[in-house]
Amino acid sequence: MRTEAGLTNSVSEGSKAVVEMKGIVKRFPGVVANDGIDLAITRGEIHCLLGENGAGKTTLMRILYGLYQPDGGEILLGGEPVRIASPKAALAHRIGMVHQHFHLVPTLSVEENIVLGLSGGTGPFLRLRRTRERIEQLAEEYGLSVDPTAKVWQLSVGQQQRVEILKALYRDADVLIMDEPTSVLTPQEVDALFGTLRTLVDDGLTVVFITHKLDEVMEVSDRVTVLRKGKVVSTVHTAETSKAQLATMMVGREVVFRLEKRPPHRGETVLEVDDLHAHNDRGLPALRGVSFDLHAGEILGVAGVSGNGQHELSEVLTGLRKAHRGSAILETRDLASCSAREVADLGVAHVPTERIRMGTVPTMTIQENLILKSYRTPPFCRWVFLDDKAANRHACEAMEAYQISAPDEGTIAKTLSGGNIQRLVLARELCGSPKLVVAAHPTYGLDVGATEQIRQVLLDQRDRGAGILLISEDLDEILQLSDRILVLFEGEVMGIVPCDEADLEEIGLMMAGSHRREVTA
Amino acid sequence: MRLPGWITVKRRPAPSPWLVFGISLAAIAAALIVAGIFFQIYGVSPFRAYGDILRGALGSKLGVTETIRRMIPLLVIGVGLSVALRALFWNIGADGQLLMGAVAASGIALFSGLPGPLLLPAMLLGGFLAGAAWGLVPAILKARLGINDVITTLMLNYVAISIVEWLIHDPWKGPTMRGFAYTDKFPAAAILPTIAGTRIHWPTLLIGLVAAILLFLIVKRTRVGFEIRVAGENPHAARFSGISQTKVTLFAMMISGGLAGIAGVGEVAGIHHMLLAPNNISLGYGYTAIIVAWLARRNPLAVILTSFLFGVIMRGGDVIKVSLGLPFQLVNVFNGLILFFLIGSEILMRYRIRVGRRQQA
Repeated sequence: MRTEAGLTNSVSEGSKAVVEMKGIVKRFPGVVANDGIDLAITRGEIHCLLGENGAGKTTLMRILYGLYQPDGGEILLGGEPVRIASPKAALAHRIGMVHQHFHLVPTLSVEENIVLGLSGGTGPFLRLRRTRERIEQLAEEYGLSVDPTAKVWQLSVGQQQRVEILKALYRDADVLIMDEPTSVLTPQEVDALFGTLRTLVDDGLTVVFITHKLDEVMEVSDRVTVLRKGKVVSTVHTAETSKAQLATMMVGREVVFRLEKRPPHRGETVLEVDDLHAHNDRGLPALRGVSFDLHAGEILGVAGVSGNGQHELSEVLTGLRKAHRGSAILETRDLASCSAREVADLGVAHVPTERIRMGTVPTMTIQENLILKSYRTPPFCRWVFLDDKAANRHACEAMEAYQISAPDEGTIAKTLSGGNIQRLVLARELCGSPKLVVAAHPTYGLDVGATEQIRQVLLDQRDRGAGILLISEDLDEILQLSDRILVLFEGEVMGIVPCDEADLEEIGLMMAGSHRREVTA
Repeated sequence: MRLPGWITVKRRPAPSPWLVFGISLAAIAAALIVAGIFFQIYGVSPFRAYGDILRGALGSKLGVTETIRRMIPLLVIGVGLSVALRALFWNIGADGQLLMGAVAASGIALFSGLPGPLLLPAMLLGGFLAGAAWGLVPAILKARLGINDVITTLMLNYVAISIVEWLIHDPWKGPTMRGFAYTDKFPAAAILPTIAGTRIHWPTLLIGLVAAILLFLIVKRTRVGFEIRVAGENPHAARFSGISQTKVTLFAMMISGGLAGIAGVGEVAGIHHMLLAPNNISLGYGYTAIIVAWLARRNPLAVILTSFLFGVIMRGGDVIKVSLGLPFQLVNVFNGLILFFLIGSEILMRYRIRVGRRQQA
């Protein structure tokens, strides 16, 4: 393992450590997720675990929280070796965890969710009144305002996260593990969360904060441990490091933060969306009069907190969901009334949100997945027969062009890594120079290398003259790639901002529901 | 659920064909062992019973031909079912589709008045169409209204049984049958030829074999086969790619129901030469064929092999009835056990399970 020169390695501050993990090994089929990890968490600090996806951060914390058993190594709490057999055992040791995906029961109230699973020596009855007082007290103390009697389904994602934190605090957690807590929040909510975390550590609690975002590390942490490929690269004091240095440690090479983004050559209007209305899966209004236009050679970023109509918008534009009012005109055809097949035949590429569930057939081969949309026509189909040779040739070319790394074209798709699956989806969707590309969360969950490559592919498509609708919850991605930014809130367009005028503060306010009055096209 | 520390479960990437084959054999072996307990309960040594079954099914010319006679409906239905199951349509109604094929064939044989040479082709075609129609009803209900296919296909079996009962007791009851609930015997031109000295009605066997090869090629090599595989493996990806689930379902159920109908034609025109009580026409072939297709891992070619295996088992039922005086229903016990272990063994294909202490570092 390479160690970075000139960094203070402060793992050995053993005396103050509340949590110490020594030589932790965890193997999964085909990968060593944790390969001899040493980690020491000091009382009263915010300790970031930084690393790309697949670096082993979440695995390590799931071991600490008792969800996984390590294949090797030991855990010491306050100097004593312990075996943490389950989350219940972890909580008994006063370790709490807030997962990336919340574990709440939507139909129950906040207080019911908080006491769920606790046996407080009260027999079969819940002591909700006492619970409520305690929740209100905790909420006030740490700035976690939420109505204890509200049902969880009525809460915003940010409020649900507060419930998760309260749940851990209510169980007397002393060490709080937060797994990528900001991915679902608006910038303002992120600020509030950071405020809460600081109050917590001021009170003597300890926070372990899992993230892959460098800005957050710099803003919130006292110390940071960088993981790469299951190993610790280094543990450093945040004050003594820089973003560039952390990035280098995280990726293992110099990272160029600037993609090659040439000035846009805006062409004619490709897509004209007018007063689009659509329902979500539960039959409730999800799009309420969305209008915008998209030009050839530009990337229009769609920002918004998840669940504000982005998903429905991408589905309506790709023929997967019916609009019940309004139109989306591509050249002369209305996409809102086309089937998925018609939309694809019109030259619309779709990089779906759920790239594995929707974008591929996991049990079929790379070659078969690559012709998922073109299997009906020559060269892949002659009369009714599929042409295996043509498909094979196509697969070889695509794997080379998009750097899909796999043993061969006959590899089953589900054995590929996330980055390779997304490359496969892009290779298929971008084949045949589409006029419109609808890309939903194209780099979500991918490592830095794959992310960079996929963003460059999107920029290349834009320079080729495609109109690109980029839906993403990653504001950095939106800011980096887009020429204009559209903000959706509760199915309405809050405004469209040219990227060079974009101001994070303003976009954050729009994501939380304020209109931008002057809309510049 | 928390497992004891000495069992480790790991996900397998993709099972190899040999592993699938080995696990299938192990499932059959497990069923043999457990079924042995039932033989023991009847006071018969399982070794003796299995020896008798093997000898009776494969040890003589009569045994082999009777095995093949049982295999024919299982093959024809199983091949079609393998396609339906691939399209994720749970066709539990092949028995009813078989009966409707038998009804159509009987109607044409007895009442159409077609000239001799046209009679058998018309019966086969009619049987296919009747079975397909019976299969398409639940397919349309599922595609249009989202009604559960397991329920509708299963319930339509009872409707088909009642239709046959009604026909043989009332409108089609044979005047020459002295009050028995049969139709009249089919005319000679409506009887399927058999291999001399056997009950193997070879045209049906041939149809089954050709269908197995054709459907194997269709699934593997054609456009519609590709659509069936995508829709069956990942319905979301099918929707995303613009593949019509309705079209795929209707196609698969037309094939599956139609072939079950042909199996029905084979039974009445090849074996019984009349329409008779439903439980005499089919010994639950439509249900057993589900196990046949599942054991073949929904591969039409492999159905040839698995239907032969179940031919042996059904023939074995005849044998133990005669030689050991055991009820034929033990066959159903055995079939049930195979399906039980087969589905249970699926987990072994997805996960690798190790027993033993793992080394602590």
